[in-house]
Formats: sequence, C-alpha cells, structure tokens
Amino acid sequence: MIHFQNVRKKISIVNFVRLLAMKLYDIAHSRAGDKGNTLTLSLIPYEEADYDLLCARVTAEKVKNHLKGIVSGEIIRYELPNISSLLFVCHDALSGGVTTSLAMDTHGKTLSYALLEMEI
Amino acid sequence: MKDKIRIGCGAGFSGDRLDPALILVEKGGLDYLVLECLAERTIALAQKRKLQNPAQGYDPLLERRIESLLPLLAKNKVRLITNMGAANPLEGAKKVADIARKMGIKVRVAAVFGDDVFEQTDPGALALETGKALAESGELISANAYLGMDGILKALENKADIVITGRVADPSLFLAPMVFELGWDAGNYDLMGKGTVAGHLLECAGHITGGYFADPVKKPVEGLDILGHPFADVFADGSAIIGKVEGTGGVIDLRTAKEQLLYEVVNPREYVTPDVVADFSTVILKETGKDRVLVRGGTGKTKPPTCKVSIGYRAFYLGEGEISYAGAAALERAKLAGDILEKRLKNKVETVKTDYIGLSSAHRTLFGAPTPPYEIRLRVAGKAASPELAALVGEEVEALYTNGPAGGGGVRKYVNEVIGIVSTLMDRTQIRPEISFFES
Repeated sequence: MIHFQNVRKKISIVNFVRLLAMKLYDIAHSRAGDKGNTLTLSLIPYEEADYDLLCARVTAEKVKNHLKGIVSGEIIRYELPNISSLLFVCHDALSGGVTTSLAMDTHGKTLSYALLEMEI
Repeated sequence: MKDKIRIGCGAGFSGDRLDPALILVEKGGLDYLVLECLAERTIALAQKRKLQNPAQGYDPLLERRIESLLPLLAKNKVRLITNMGAANPLEGAKKVADIARKMGIKVRVAAVFGDDVFEQTDPGALALETGKALAESGELISANAYLGMDGILKALENKADIVITGRVADPSLFLAPMVFELGWDAGNYDLMGKGTVAGHLLECAGHITGGYFADPVKKPVEGLDILGHPFADVFADGSAIIGKVEGTGGVIDLRTAKEQLLYEVVNPREYVTPDVVADFSTVILKETGKDRVLVRGGTGKTKPPTCKVSIGYRAFYLGEGEISYAGAAALERAKLAGDILEKRLKNKVETVKTDYIGLSSAHRTLFGAPTPPYEIRLRVAGKAASPELAALVGEEVEALYTNGPAGGGGVRKYVNEVIGIVSTLMDRTQIRPEISFFES
C-alpha cells in the first residue's frame, strides 16, 4: 500500500515506478499442485478488483520467463473470471516427475512461492 | 430420498492427523465420513508390502484410525467410506470387521476391489508420460485402475456401514453417497459434475479449512494446532455449503475455497474422473457466514470411455547424505564439500545432485541476489542400482568429518528404494469393480 501523503510531491518518474514495483506476493496468493511431471499454480488476488490487472500483467510468457530455471515445457494459462483467478499449467516442470526426481521437493509443493516472487 | 446430506472429510492423505475425524463424527452432525488416504504412489508402496505378506497391503494406519473411530461411528450412526484398503481392500475390510467384533460393535463392512488390473495390463501398452512401452520403465510391480463410484454405490445399496476400497478416484468417494442418498441419476452428468466439484473441494481435508493455506504474514489463520477438517451439506440440486465444526481451528472462506478448487487441476474445463468429465470453470462461490462457503454452478458432460491406470515399477535406489556448515564462509565451505563429493561419487553412482538447503534447494533456482545465509545444509543425492551402491552417497558425506572442509556437522544419511509411477489408459469394459461383505 502506498501512502501518498508520505510521498514527496516532486517525485521523479523513476522513483514512482520503483515505489510501484511490487511482487505478486503483495497482492495475490497461490497453491502449487502436481500431476506427474506437470506443475499447476493457481494465482488468486486478495482483492477481486485486481483480477484484470493480473490478467494483463501476468501472461503465460512472463511466467515462463520468470520460471525459466524451473519449468522446461509449455505453460498454459486458464482464466477463471467466475472466481477471479488464474491457473498456470506448467509442463515438464518437476525434474522428470514426482516419483523419480532427485529434487528435495519432489512434488514442487514449494513452487507456489516461486511464482509469487515475480515482480509486476 | 433425502434432500440434503452432510459428508465430512476426516483425512486428506495417508499420514494425516487422526483427531480431526473424531471431532467431525462426534460433533459434525455427519451422515457420512470419508477418509481419503491414497496418493499416486501410496498404492505401489502398499503393493510392495502385500508382496512380502499377503495379509498386508492396506493402509498402515487403518487399525489405529478404525479403533478410535468405530465407537463414535456406531453411536452417531455415521457411515464410513475410505480408500484405506489400498493394495488389499479384502484384508483391510476383514481387519475392520475383526476390530469391531473385539469391541462388541455390530457393523457390516464392504470391500470394494477390482482396481488391481496387474493381470490385464499389457506391458507393451504405452505410458502416457514417456510414450514408450510400460515395461521399458523398469520391473513392473503394480497396476491399479481408478475406479469410479459404482462399487461404493452397490455397497451402500447393500447396507454397508463401512466401505473399504482400493484405488478409487478421490471425488468418487464423495459422489457415491450423494448419488445414493439424493437419488441422483448417474447419467445426469450435470449433477455428477456438481457432486465432483464438492468432492474435490473436500478431498484434501485441511486444505480448504485454511491449513495448508496459512501464511502468518499475508494469510494468518487461527488455531492451526487444532485445525478442523471440513464437511459439506450437499443439496438435491447439486449445490453445497462447505463448513467445519464450531470451535475447531482454521478458516473457510472464498480464498481457501478458490485455492482448493484449482488444486492439481490441469484443465479446469475438463476435470476427468471415471464418473464424469466435469467443468470447474462455471463454479460460483459465495461466503454465506462464518466458515461457510456456498458452492453453485459446476457442470459436467459424458464420462470417459477409458480409465486411468497407475503403474508402479522398481526405479532405482536413492542414496542421500546431508551435512551442515554455519558461520563465516559457510556457503563457500559447503560448496567445496559439494565439489569434493561430486568428484568422489561420479564414477560410483549414476546421477549426483547437490543441493544447498537454505539457499536454493526447494526452488532449484535463485530470484535476484539473495544474501548468503548464516548457515547452509549441503544435501547430496544419487541414483544407484543397488542399496549397497546407494549407501556410498551417505558414506562419502560422513567421511567429510575428518577429510574436510572445516566445521561440517550434523551428518544424516539415508537409503531408500524408489518406486516410480507411470500411467496408461484402459478401456472401462476391462475393469470390473467387485464387492465382498464381512459382518462383525
């Protein structure tokens, strides 16, 4: 939350943009799920009014770029306007699959918070 | 026919807490209790136990759960449906009847089986994940088809108080009592879709009551140590109200319901179970009171001609070792140790993976430039063909105690056999649910 009364009046554009820079964590929550080698990530804004902002800013391409160290395959985004939520289905994302991966978190359960690290 | 039933979910996986189910049965006003205790790999591990002892292979917690639940189920006239039969529903059901007999409680127990399709499975069939023949994955040890609600429905029609199943699609455990009590037509796919939505919302228990949802900074939830598990009032029109017992911890609201609705969904417009292809995109959620969410919408069309079959195979032996470094240059020392271990292990085990716990082990990547933490735990994992070879990983980690670098401590080492899972599709005409009854 930006308190405008605290912002100096002659603020530069650069600083204003920096103030606006925030992580998805600030405005949305997420849960990760797994099916074989596919990772699912929901993205749910705390305020339903932010749904349009998420639709505009959090595209499948941007998420693919953000998660490039994690997701090798295609990312499909589903829009669910009835519940003001997005769902990202990430293929080839769990180091070969839940049952045979050598990773610490074989299910990718912690990865919801990897998505929420994304700056918007 | 009833116009409303209340179904509780007292466990969302095999290792779930035991007490929330007791509270649900004692104070929840339930008609049915469901315990969902089978993950994808759980049944393959259970098959392994059954191979060693034909009287085993049901859920390892079955006795403890049933012993504590039985008196309450009988007193409150709540029927129980659970997939705790795992790889051996027949022995699981017999065990339940035995326990009831010893406690002097009269129950009729049904075992629903027929999900074990190992005999019918063609090792040459293609695995969905790899596109190659199943047998190429490794030595096959189990094949379990996802049954729908049919077997459970028949058990309920035949007056079972307790239904013990093997592999059944999770939402079908919930859909069966809805169809039975509310008089739904199994060919009414719209209702099957709605019931599947309610089942999916319940199936992970503490997920929807704010447990796995909680984040003390952004999503604080009270009473996680006494987290309540959910129930749903399901109405004849397919709508449902999710709730929990008053006085239990947790929260049910739009946020928890949305997280669970989308959990593990790979296509919200086509959520496939053996009973229906459900559409979750039409679901509408509304908070109707404290810890109450109304679920409407949700639809369905047809049911798939095939059923998914989970195949377990012997994959490899996993060797792991861990060691901690703390204080000045902790990360540098851990990285040196990691380099040494990779050199020492590279010709001995198949694949070596090095993780720096506290830095990058869970997300496998870094976002931005995090400051090095005060302490780091090095974890090394390797694949091997035998337990002896896998043990080398932990042995090499332990050897760092004298061979350095400096200040490593707290070594732990593990060896485990890894059962891999692939899946294939089988025509539903090849799969026949079967039922046996046992009386106490």
